[in-house]
Amino acid sequence: MVGWVDTIVQGVLLGGLYALYATGLSVIFGIMRLVNLAHGDVMVLAAFLVLVLSTAGINIIVAAAMVAPIMFVLGYALQSLVLNRTLGRDVLPPLLITFGLSIILQNALLELFAADSRRLHVGALDTASLALGGGIAVGIMPLICFLMAIAVIMALDLLFFRTALGRAFRATSDDAETAQLMGIDNRAIYAIAMGIAFLICALAGVFLGARANFDPSIGPARLIYAFEAVIIGGLGSLWGTLAGGIVVGLAQTIGAHINPEWQILAGHVAFLGVLVVRPRGLFPRAAD
Amino acid sequence: MEAGIDGSAAPSPAPRFAVTTTTRLSSVGAIAAVGLVGALVVLPAFADRRLIQDLFFVLTMLVLAQSWNLLAGYAGLLSVGQQAFVGLGGYALFALTIMAGLDPAVAVVLSGVIAGIVAVPTAFIVFRLQGAYFAIGTWVVAETMRLVLAQVKQLGGGTGTSLPPAVTGAMVGLDTVRRLFDVRGSAARDVIAYWMALTLAVLTLGSIYALLRSRRGLALAAIRDSELAAESCGVNAFRTKFFVYVMTAILSGSTGALIYLQKARISPDAAFSLLDWTADVIVIVVIGGIGTLEGPILGVLMFYALQTYFAATATWYLMLLGGVAIALMLFAPRGLWGLLSERFDVQVFALRRTLLTSTVLDEEAGARTSEKP
Amino acid sequence: MALLETHDLTAFYGHFQALYGISLTLQEGETVAIIGANGAGKTTFLKTVAGLIKARPSAVQFAGEHIGSRPASDIVRRGIALVPEGRRLFPSLSVEENLLVGGYVSRHAGPWGLERVYQLFPALAERRDAPATALSGGQQQMVAIGRGLMSNPKLLLCDEISLGLAPIVIRDIYAVLPRVKAQGTSLLIVEQDIIRALSVADRVYCFQEGRVTLSGHPQDLTKDAIHAAYFGL
Repeated sequence: MVGWVDTIVQGVLLGGLYALYATGLSVIFGIMRLVNLAHGDVMVLAAFLVLVLSTAGINIIVAAAMVAPIMFVLGYALQSLVLNRTLGRDVLPPLLITFGLSIILQNALLELFAADSRRLHVGALDTASLALGGGIAVGIMPLICFLMAIAVIMALDLLFFRTALGRAFRATSDDAETAQLMGIDNRAIYAIAMGIAFLICALAGVFLGARANFDPSIGPARLIYAFEAVIIGGLGSLWGTLAGGIVVGLAQTIGAHINPEWQILAGHVAFLGVLVVRPRGLFPRAAD
Repeated sequence: MEAGIDGSAAPSPAPRFAVTTTTRLSSVGAIAAVGLVGALVVLPAFADRRLIQDLFFVLTMLVLAQSWNLLAGYAGLLSVGQQAFVGLGGYALFALTIMAGLDPAVAVVLSGVIAGIVAVPTAFIVFRLQGAYFAIGTWVVAETMRLVLAQVKQLGGGTGTSLPPAVTGAMVGLDTVRRLFDVRGSAARDVIAYWMALTLAVLTLGSIYALLRSRRGLALAAIRDSELAAESCGVNAFRTKFFVYVMTAILSGSTGALIYLQKARISPDAAFSLLDWTADVIVIVVIGGIGTLEGPILGVLMFYALQTYFAATATWYLMLLGGVAIALMLFAPRGLWGLLSERFDVQVFALRRTLLTSTVLDEEAGARTSEKP
Repeated sequence: MALLETHDLTAFYGHFQALYGISLTLQEGETVAIIGANGAGKTTFLKTVAGLIKARPSAVQFAGEHIGSRPASDIVRRGIALVPEGRRLFPSLSVEENLLVGGYVSRHAGPWGLERVYQLFPALAERRDAPATALSGGQQQMVAIGRGLMSNPKLLLCDEISLGLAPIVIRDIYAVLPRVKAQGTSLLIVEQDIIRALSVADRVYCFQEGRVTLSGHPQDLTKDAIHAAYFGL
């Protein structure tokens, strides 16, 4: 019994990590109907940047704080210099461009860092855990990660619903042409949105690197988990994405509990299952 | 003009129209194509083994490229999961030959059919998604198949397996080829695989061409331009797209079976490789020109040249590919053939439907009658 | 110097030409109406002035500056706001949020703000938190006009604000325009309802198939002249 409760707790916490992976993806798709196929690789890039800084002796939290704005700028630049040139109805160009970017990132990281497994160390927090009684313990880092996911979503909620910029985002998402009539430059909006997504990737990258070993090739798998979380949760809803992440996390840990080889497959099966019975996801936005 | 009953002039004859697709270039192209295929058939008598193997690669990639192009360029369904059916076809071949003892040639055909059958339920799942999310959905389907097949111990599980000599030595026609071209067993196998690939390529091009010339092909073009408008004309978009999806799966599955028959060794990671069966294919189609039949042919040749020249350093080569993809999308989204055909307004495959009016039809009829003795 | 001047303005949708050289002037404080049948190019003209469709820089002059090729988001900053055809409210935003978005561009302060707009359209104040598209057609039109006013434009472009509304509602909406004028905003309205247009405008232009076929003061235009210009007979 304890085994099952523990599995569920771990699953929920893993869901927080996946929600963190998925939030940036969800924001980008919500505002500009664009999917960044290099999303996972961007997180891995962030993890490597933090690794480089922390190996140089910088405290990991400070390193993360330094990497975050760098990632924002990278995302802003990618959108305004490259992706903004492919705005329009055709889905192929942004898909193929981000796909090419994914391949370039993976191989560039491979050239720079080789294929060795790496890990971000947070000192004592690496293995610290909190006892919840009844024989259940949760790792501190996974717990912080889960809370971070919630904090990020709350911050985005605040941004979207309480600020002028947020209104501009939502207006652009609704009707980009009419938003221009309000004085909103949709190119700048898209660039800021991509910058925000990259910023979240930076945070996600830290937890990705601290939780388990990473190497240049693990990006695409993370993209898939993020994507599954977004679809299960329902398009257009950030809290839905959190729920979706938890569903994927739970599916994976329960699958692993039954047979360790089934972990990832269980996640895919859950995704495909949700797609069959509730194609719009668990918490889709009413208007779409 | 004769006077009508009420004294008015007879009405001019009702205008007649006919639709044609033949152009001068396409007629020339058709003759050249027959000649080319003939030459390719007898090639093994003159060429060395290396060339046959290279051509096998070119032909199989051509089939995959035309399949992906049909799905993405004509039906507007961008898939990043074609490797699902390539891998499935490969594993089906291994299963049918090793476990059911079927002749490899028969198994190749059956593998394609199996891939088509599996495509049916997966279509219902992935068609619930649109655009970029459809693409990733197809990827998840491929990943799922990879993970499931990695659990099948009889086919080697996660590390894969090889075709036993009992199978590789049992291909029909093996002895004939050995004697005919005076080559060893494995080279003979390559020749047979090459002929099968040639057959598959010709069948693929032929069937896609036939499809595009048919009413269904017209429906496809309409859907690609505007699904809503097409549906209001009575086109059933779902059924048309579904048909193309299954057809593509059959083609990819057959190709996968053929590829892994030739390799004689399979593993889940290789059979379901995104890079080999989707990424490379996409680059091929995009370089050549998406949404045209000529494009993938050009693309495959260019890709072959790229690979031969660059294969040495894997990471830099891949980064180059990625850069090429990005540059193409930004500066030449319609690929090489797109640039050529725009500049010179040419089409080798006769697909553009031209409307001939009464005057032209009359002229042609007149020219023909004047030739009669 | 006129507030708005267009010189031989042409506009295209791809290869299709929609406007064939429109020359129009609007003086500060004036209300100018454009009438014409469907497809005459009225909406295209407004969209070009508003910057949604590109033109030659010198083809459109506003307050002395060439704005023909400037993007829409820049033109709002200069003081031209468009109330688009069909209202085009943002469905994810509430009534108040739609109004606030209209004021996204903070031009030099002007008479219009949230409270002023609610005074103009009291019905909106009661439903300020409702999703904008849940309102009736007439109320949605009020939101659209209010949204346009929030940027404190010198010139307000109104594209068919009576479209799809009951006569009594149209009357209420048009009743508001004099108060808008009183604050110093000039108006360029496109209207299918000829009587309505003639009654509210200082000057009228008639478009037909992308060209100006008639212009002048309402009192100087005969019914026959308008008829001919409207239908191109």
